[in-house]
Amino acid sequence: MVRNLPEDPIVRELVQHARKAAMSRRALIGGAVGTASVLSLAACAPGSTELVPAEDISATDKTVKWANWPLYLDEDDAGNHPTLDAFTAATGIAAEYLVDVDDNNSYYAKVKDQLALGQDIGADTVCLTEWMASRLIRRGYTQKFDLANMPNHANLVDTLKNPDFDPGRAQSLPWQGGFAGIAYNTEKIPNGVNSVDELWTSDLKGRVTVLSEMRDTLGVIMLAQGADITSFTSDDFYAAMDVLEAQVGSGQIRNVKGNSYSEDLVSEDALAAIGWSGDITLLNYEAGYEKWKFVIPESGATFWNDSFIIPIGSAHKTNAETLINYYYDPAVAAEVAAWVNYVTPVKGAYDEAIKIDPELANNKLIFPDDETLSSVHVFRTLTDAEENEFQAAFQAVLLG
Amino acid sequence: MAIGAFSHGPSGVTTDATVQRSSRIAWLLLLPGIAYLILFFLVPLASLVMTSFQETIPGGFIGEYQNAFRWENYVEVLGLYGEHTMRSFLYAATATIIALIIGYPLAYFIGVKLRRFPLLQSLALVLVIAPFFISFLLRTLAWKQILADEGFVVATMKTLQLLPDDAHITGTAISVVFGLAYNFIPFMTLPLYTTLERLDLRLVEAGSDLYANPFTTFVKVTVPLTMPGIISGTLLTFIPAAGDYVNASANFLGSTSTAMIGNVIESNFLVLQNFPHAASMSLILMSAILVLVATYVKKSGTEDLL
Repeated sequence: MVRNLPEDPIVRELVQHARKAAMSRRALIGGAVGTASVLSLAACAPGSTELVPAEDISATDKTVKWANWPLYLDEDDAGNHPTLDAFTAATGIAAEYLVDVDDNNSYYAKVKDQLALGQDIGADTVCLTEWMASRLIRRGYTQKFDLANMPNHANLVDTLKNPDFDPGRAQSLPWQGGFAGIAYNTEKIPNGVNSVDELWTSDLKGRVTVLSEMRDTLGVIMLAQGADITSFTSDDFYAAMDVLEAQVGSGQIRNVKGNSYSEDLVSEDALAAIGWSGDITLLNYEAGYEKWKFVIPESGATFWNDSFIIPIGSAHKTNAETLINYYYDPAVAAEVAAWVNYVTPVKGAYDEAIKIDPELANNKLIFPDDETLSSVHVFRTLTDAEENEFQAAFQAVLLG
Repeated sequence: MAIGAFSHGPSGVTTDATVQRSSRIAWLLLLPGIAYLILFFLVPLASLVMTSFQETIPGGFIGEYQNAFRWENYVEVLGLYGEHTMRSFLYAATATIIALIIGYPLAYFIGVKLRRFPLLQSLALVLVIAPFFISFLLRTLAWKQILADEGFVVATMKTLQLLPDDAHITGTAISVVFGLAYNFIPFMTLPLYTTLERLDLRLVEAGSDLYANPFTTFVKVTVPLTMPGIISGTLLTFIPAAGDYVNASANFLGSTSTAMIGNVIESNFLVLQNFPHAASMSLILMSAILVLVATYVKKSGTEDLL
């Protein structure tokens, strides 16, 4: 069912609409008639039709919209973003920053229908965690970068240059990254928690919370069981699920939650957690002293990255590329890192950060050294079938 | 009948033509309402029903379904989430009873005892409604902090040996039911107030004149007279409480052992993107509430209220 679409954008959209409509009518009949028509439908299911990128009007329309997560870009007291304002001043491209992403799955649920039609999703570039970015790439929902517009592309750190879903980084580029490891309250647990097994001791019963981000929680547990999360098997996954299920069932793990686990650390409902590195830096900053400590367990921690992608329906591809290129300037990256406390993927940012704030530059959770980087691992990409199966098993534990 | 009443012109003479014209006007006036209902109720409902019967596309991506008649969706969700359904109704019923026990005396005090002091009465009513000025999400989060392990409530209860040393409140069924009851008390109190405010005290007086003790008077006179308020109050509490997904969510007062139907639907819709399961759960919730409410209203003999 892959046919080239006409060049004219209006005609193209009409054809796409017509195909979509024809398909849903057939789907209706298909359901009633039976498997024969279902099989024919599978051949032209949405997504198997090749999408055509929107025409780039960057040259005439100097704007770009960037959707991102909360607290993820430098911000002054007036709510302006100094680095972004400097970008507009330097390039003449008016950038609109949208705090639209709160969760990978719910953001995807919101925009997937437009993506499937190749339409604008209201953002010219968006930062999503790599497993979600890889899903978009797999489905052809992204546009390929024109590296001529992005000379700073070469500043990407070597370890992130060739992920399995996008070798050579032709259509995704990391924005910020971080680790999921163990966080604990140093006042209540003076001896510390240095391994996953220590989370399951009886004096922490009911005082442990873990992340509702499946890859982080199960990744950390799998690592503790000696599995390699860059190439684990289904058995490895279920062995870790058994541990999670048992600890949730016995009440050792009090709660499984997203960003709000930090509230539990503050209220001290949770004394220890599987949590994210940047949050702990921020919590300590708010507390004014090192009340919580983030540790990478000896068995290792997960390393995730949120990456820029340019959605298929964006009509400002060149502007988006100019924006991404700008943030790959080491000096700009250092300025952002000083504010967001996550791991920057830009080479040379460390040297710039030392000039701004030496203490910050020596924080291993923001500028990890080789030793730190060797103890963190990226959760491998899941196929759609695995994603469905694993998420269902994980959600079943969350719903109790 | 309504249209007939509408048709009496100023002359008092009713001709076929005027009847026809005014019936057209009546329909015209109804049009926006009907259009609204079709557009924002019937169409989404039909779409929900269709989604609930969808099936996965073989080899399709996550979150992609095609229309079919896959009634097994209903069997599957009942098997998977039967426990959550029972839990929802149990929590909602408990919270409703608690809200009634707290709301009734409150409404009685405002509606009957404060009757002679209109200013105080209005002030008390404002106090009942006052919490609505703050987002209920914030109020629920505040309770989470108050009931936290290191908070004074738990600490005091542990000191008084009311709670064992390793016990906690947040993330348990107790905190969820508490949150539901707390959030819905105004919805219980206001309808109770409107009936109690109109309660004819001469009838209560007559009760004691006939040698009934205060308790018997309350049961035989006050309660039957305020039944409409009790019915609407309990319905206004029970229906939204059964579908509530905020209080029981792990981010608020619940945990992994307190998920209600709303949380199941949310998880299926936003995380698993299993829209057919989410839709069939929604329809099961709707029909279960409809049946429960219909039975309740019939049993309490107040059909004419609706």
